Formats: sequence, structure tokens, C-alpha cells
Amino acid sequence: MLPLVNIALAFIVVGIIVAIIGVDPFLALRLLVTGALGSWESIGYTLYYATNFTFTGLAVAVAFHAGLFNIGGEGQAYLGGLGCGLAILALDRWLPAWLLIPIAIAAAALFGAAWAAVPAWLQAWRGSHIVITTIMFNFVASALMVYLMVNVLIAPGSMTPQSRGFAPSGQLPAIAGLPLNLSLALALACCAGVWVFLWHTPWGYALRTMGHNPEAAVYGGTNLRRMTMLAMCLSGALAGFVGVNELMGVHHRIVLDFQAGYGFAGIAVALMGRNHPLGVLLAALLFGALQQGGAELAFEIPSITREMVVVIQGLIILFSGALAHLPRPWLQALFARRAP
Amino acid sequence: MQALTPAAAAIELRGIDKSFGVVHAVRGVSLRIEPGTITGIIGENGAGKSTLMSILYGLYRADSGEIWVGGQPVEMASPRDAIAQGIGMVHQHFMLIDTFTVLENLILGAEGGPLLAGGLAAARAELARLARDYGLSVDPDARVADLSVGEQQRVEILKVLFRGARILILDEPSAVLTPQETDRLFDILRTLKERGVTVVLITHKLREIMAATDRVHVMRQGQIVAERRTVDTGSEELAELMVGRKVRLDLDKVPVGQGEILLRTEHLSLVDDRGVRLLDDIGIELRAGEIVGIAGVTGNGQSELLQVLAGIRAPSAGRFTVCGHAIDTGHPGDPARMRELGLAHVPEDRLRQGMVAAFQASETSILGYQDGPPFTRNYLLDGPAVGAHCAELMERFDVRPRSPGLRSSHFSGGNQQKLVLAREIARRPRVLLVGQPTRGVDIGAIEFIHRELVKARDSGCAVLVVSVELDEILSLADRILVMFAGRIVGEVEPRRADERTLGLMMAGAQAA
Repeated sequence: MLPLVNIALAFIVVGIIVAIIGVDPFLALRLLVTGALGSWESIGYTLYYATNFTFTGLAVAVAFHAGLFNIGGEGQAYLGGLGCGLAILALDRWLPAWLLIPIAIAAAALFGAAWAAVPAWLQAWRGSHIVITTIMFNFVASALMVYLMVNVLIAPGSMTPQSRGFAPSGQLPAIAGLPLNLSLALALACCAGVWVFLWHTPWGYALRTMGHNPEAAVYGGTNLRRMTMLAMCLSGALAGFVGVNELMGVHHRIVLDFQAGYGFAGIAVALMGRNHPLGVLLAALLFGALQQGGAELAFEIPSITREMVVVIQGLIILFSGALAHLPRPWLQALFARRAP
Repeated sequence: MQALTPAAAAIELRGIDKSFGVVHAVRGVSLRIEPGTITGIIGENGAGKSTLMSILYGLYRADSGEIWVGGQPVEMASPRDAIAQGIGMVHQHFMLIDTFTVLENLILGAEGGPLLAGGLAAARAELARLARDYGLSVDPDARVADLSVGEQQRVEILKVLFRGARILILDEPSAVLTPQETDRLFDILRTLKERGVTVVLITHKLREIMAATDRVHVMRQGQIVAERRTVDTGSEELAELMVGRKVRLDLDKVPVGQGEILLRTEHLSLVDDRGVRLLDDIGIELRAGEIVGIAGVTGNGQSELLQVLAGIRAPSAGRFTVCGHAIDTGHPGDPARMRELGLAHVPEDRLRQGMVAAFQASETSILGYQDGPPFTRNYLLDGPAVGAHCAELMERFDVRPRSPGLRSSHFSGGNQQKLVLAREIARRPRVLLVGQPTRGVDIGAIEFIHRELVKARDSGCAVLVVSVELDEILSLADRILVMFAGRIVGEVEPRRADERTLGLMMAGAQAA
């Protein structure tokens, strides 16, 4: 109930801003909704965006349950892409798809996890704050990727910094003409997996114990350093799957900046989804719809720019995150009056 | 009516009612506190006494009812209103800044202008006057961190008087004091009373009510169930009123023969990062079938001793053996390994260590035992098994309400403690470490917890109890060790011990 009210409030404020710009807010809303959900094609795009948001949202949520604020999803996603890309470039001439795809997905997870493992190690053993180190690692990842793409992985004779194309065995099955691909299934599996892990395994139990109360975790026999490593590696691996969706599913080659923005949006997705896999999935769908519908809206109405769409996202984050409990008293009053 | 009242009450509460959600914390309480008296409010944990005082101090708003101060109805919207009415509160946990001097702490929130110098000078003069009038002397330039706990409490009281309070509320003031310091506190309270200050003392300790108050109000389940003149009542009657039934706090203990040594420490020491010696050459022996009590004022190394023995902290020097297995600096233990060796630990601070407030009771009931059967099979937690285990513990230890799915933080202190104790005892440990077994626990549960500890001892468990409650140590322990400044300063037999000698040892004076 409360999240819906929050979203409604955000849309009302957005509507006012849109009206000030001189656009009919109802028209804008209609364009936004039909742009996101109006056709099979637009739904396909929405789900494709939602897949990325699910991965990064889950990544933030897992770390958050361990009491760690991983804001390095951006860099981990980037490295995840590098991981699966390297695996495919190295093996796509020899291996069939059924073998190569799992290897590439594992490589994405491994690289993403490795990129998160360094800040985790620094936090666990050296006491460097993970918020600082993960955000710095985003820049390191970015610089590293530019260097590799420009100097090492660039396709011979190419003018743009991108690798050679993947052979078909390194491409994920997709719906013809759409970016929507098998990664969506991977995202749903990750949601289920995270749920089982956090609430139905002893490691998930220990991880949540550490997040709520590190002293109790120590008392309960959990090694905080090892648990910090585990939580961050899982988080990094989940973020790394963005590379699977983007490179194996859509671009079919390693490109630059395919992860742009998803890592940070994951924080908002996890926040809105209350760090629960189901909530993350729903929030990811909303953000996917906004991304796709916003693009259509910007295309149809020139006075609404891409930045306007970012403003809408920002307001939703503001209302469902920072001001999440603002309408609670009103709702309570409303229900109290209606109840006998 | 007004004419019949000889003098207006210092405080009068009329029909105060307060609910938190479904919990009806205070139910229509009316009480009168006469000026210039020491009034006690006693009740079990969760009886509503803290809530009532928080309403009086403006921290909570009552749902209904009136507060009258000095014969006038007043509106208490915030502590600021309470202070303006001359009401001051001394909290259980001191609200002092350690690195500031006494004077600087005193003017916090009443700095008196953009430059400190003027305010400090005025405060110094006022402090001298308070010291003279009330006999409360504290060095104004001493750093709070360098003061003893008793002196820090005096600073808290001065802070309240400095704001012009004529009505002083003290919430469980003796929790951190030695018996001697408590006596000194009561002397101060009596001086304040002679000077016309009204004192309200909130406590769950019967002895303090009997020692310090003129009148006592007993609260149970949100209501005032009795009001007595202290001279007309006794501990037994008050205990019965608090709990609502007869209580027996004395334990029938059968002496047990010498069992084998299950825990032995040799020259055990712990030095922290700053080089402070927290544990100094500890040598103790714990035998099967005995309860050894460690008495001492909080902060003299008892917590650290428990942490080292439980494997949470590694000793800096020395060694100890648990059921024949040695732990030393070269072979550190960890809590999981200690559990495997047969050691169970009920931590001092259950909210910070022993449980996770946000977890369901069933999740709390497996903390530390989550790995391996019966709770984990094929790498998955067995939810039904965990729930059944928790339900069984709740049944056996009478934890109320019997809801394994309820958040741990929604249980009362006593029930939380029973759950933690149940978890640790249910494993039939050979060595049981218990820190503050009944801190924040009501009398009814104290009785139960003590009996369970004795039962564990009778079944051959070696029990080490650390407590700041001397009564508890005296009634539970077969042998008493006293800790001071990280050392064991003496061993006493409970039959020969009394509070005075123990108190002196706890304060560092050598036993005669």
C-alpha cells in the first residue's frame, strides 16, 4: 500500500513540474505508459531494462543485508562484462553454445566478484571503509576498461573502441528484433536464489545476523572477515551479470559504457524494493518501465528531455526512499476513520 | 476540595493513560507526590514505571490524563517544558561527554551567550553555591573520564540542579554503583530532601526502596496497585505486590561433591590496543557441579573475562583449558570451537550479543547453533525444525508469549533472557558462562532463572556467573571470586561473606 502511495505522490509532483514546462501532464503520462507497456515491442524493452536493474538491485540488497553498502555495482558490472567477454573471445571458436554460455556467465560472476573482493578485503583486514573503496573502484574499472578497449581488445582495423563480434555460440538466445534475451530468466533465477540463500541457508542466516548485529554474529561463531568477503563477492557477482545481459544478449561484443547508470540505479531499486528479492523485482520493473517509457516520451515531446526522465526517477527515489514514511500518518488516519 | 488540601502536591498525576499500539503501558494512573519527600516507584520490568516517568518528563505524551505541578495543571510537550517546571531527570545511562570537564558538561545546553567565558564563570559560581548548599562537591575542572562512576552520577545530579530543578527523578540510579557508592548516593538524596528538593526514585530493587524512601508506589501491569508508607511495609510484602503472588527468592541448594575441573585458567591476561591491562594474571578453576560467582563493579574486567573464555577475544598471555583442551595465544579459540568443546555462554548484554532484535524468536533460538543438524540439512535451514525447537524451548522455559514467529525485540527483557538461557542450557553444556543472568529481568523471571542455573549445576555442569547484583551472587554461588581492576582480588565463601566485606573488596580495598 505505502509504496503505491509514494509512487502516486511522486507522479503528482512530476505532473506539476511537467505542467510548468507547458506540457499537458495527462498526455505525458499516457505517452509514458504506452511507451513502456503499449506494445509487445515496448514491453520487451521494459523487461530488458528491468533485467539490468534486477541484477544491480539484488547486488545492493545482498550487501545491505550484511550491513555493507556496496556502491560499486557500476564497476562490478563493467568487470563482469569484461569477464564474460574475455571468455567468449577466447573460446567461441571451439566450444558449442551449451558449454560456452555457462562458462561465460560464470566468468562474469567471477570477474564481478573479484572486483568486489578487493574492497571487501580492504574493509575486512585493513578497515578501509567500503563505501569509499567501492566508489573509487568504479573509476578504476572505467579507466581499466578504456585502456583495454583502446589498446588491447580493439578489433583490428576498427575505428571505435570495441572488440570483434562474438560468434553465435557466444550469443544468448533473444527475441527477434528485441534486446530481451535469456538473461531475464537468469535474473528471475537470481531472485529466487537470493531469497533461498538469505532466508533458508545457515550462511544467509549468519550474513543477516552480521548485518543486524555484528557482535551477535561474533558471539554466534561467525567470522566477520570471511562473511564480509562472502557477502561482497556475491554482491559483485550479481552486479557482474549486467555484462551478460548487455554483451552476450545485445551488443554481442565488448563495448564501452554498456553498464552506464545501472550500478547506481541499483541502490534506488534495492531501496524501493526494501531489499527483498520480490520487492527488487517489482522495483526493477518500475524502473525498466520508466527508462523505456521515458525514452519514448522524450522522443515524442521535444520539450521533455532525457534529463526530465532522470528527474522523474529521482523524485520516485526521493518519495519512496527518503520520504517513505511521510504519508503513513495520513494513511493511518484514513483507515482509522473507515474502521468502525 | 482545594481548601481541604493543606499544601499543593509537588506532582499530581490524574488518570494518566498511554498505549503503544496494542500495548496498554499505563492504565489510568493517578498519584500524588508530596513536596520535600523521597518517593519510590517500584515495579517489575515492563510494569510501566519508566513510561510513566517519561510522560512526566515530557518525553512521551499521555493519551489522556492531567499532570499537575505545584497545584497547577501543566502541559508537558517536551523535556523543555518539564525543565521549565523545575523537573529534572537523571538517566540510568549517564549523558555526559567524557572528554569535557565537569564545568563544560554542566553548561551544555545552557551556554549563556556566544562566548563561553561568561557562561563558564557564572557556572563556576553557581556550582560553588550548589556544592555549599547541598554538600555535593566535585572538582569543576576535572575531566569526566577521570571521575569515578559515583562522581559522574553526582555530576548528573548537579547538571539537573544547575537547571533549577526542584523535583528530581532518578531512573535506576544504582545500576552502576558499588554498595558503598549507593549508600553515598542515598546520603546525597537525603540532604537534597532536607533542602526541600522532591525526589522520585524509580527502581526494581526492594532493598533501595526500604533504605531510601518515605513513601512507595507499587506498579504492576501499568497500574498503581498499592501505595505504602515505607515504615509500614517490608520487602516481602512489596515483592508480593509487584509480582502479584508469593515469591521465594531463597534457593534450596544441596551441596555437591568435588567434581572434575572443567575450566582452568593460568596467568590469563588481556591487554588492549592502547596498552591498558584489562585482565591481569587470572587463575581460576571451575569444577563440575559448582557455581562460581564473580562479583565486582561493572568495568573491572568481568566482561573481558567472559569474552576471552567464550572465545570472542584472544588472550594476550597465559592459557586456559576447557574440558581438557588448551587455548592459548598460539592456539586461539573462537566461539564456534568453544561450543564444540561443550562450553555455552549467556552473554551479559543479550540485546547486543545474545540475540538479534530484528529476528524472529525462532531465529534467535538457534544463534550459534545454525550450522549442522538438526537445524541445517543438505545446506538448507530446516524452517519447521527451527520453529519446533523454539516452541519446545518456550514451553520448557515458560517464555511468553509462545510465538516463535514474533520479533525477538517484542518480548520483554525477562522473556528474552529466558529464551537465550534456554538456547544455551538446552545443549547440555559441560561449562556454562553466564553474564548478568537477571539484568533487566523481573522478579518472577529471576526466581525461575536462578532455579534453572541451580538445576544445571546439579546435573553436573560447571557454571560461572558474573553479576553486579551482590544478592544474586550471594544466593547462587558456591564460591565467590571478587574482581577489581582486572585481577581476582579475593575468594570468599558465601556463608562467611556479607555485603560490607564484599563491597570493600570490590572497591579495591584489601580484604582483612
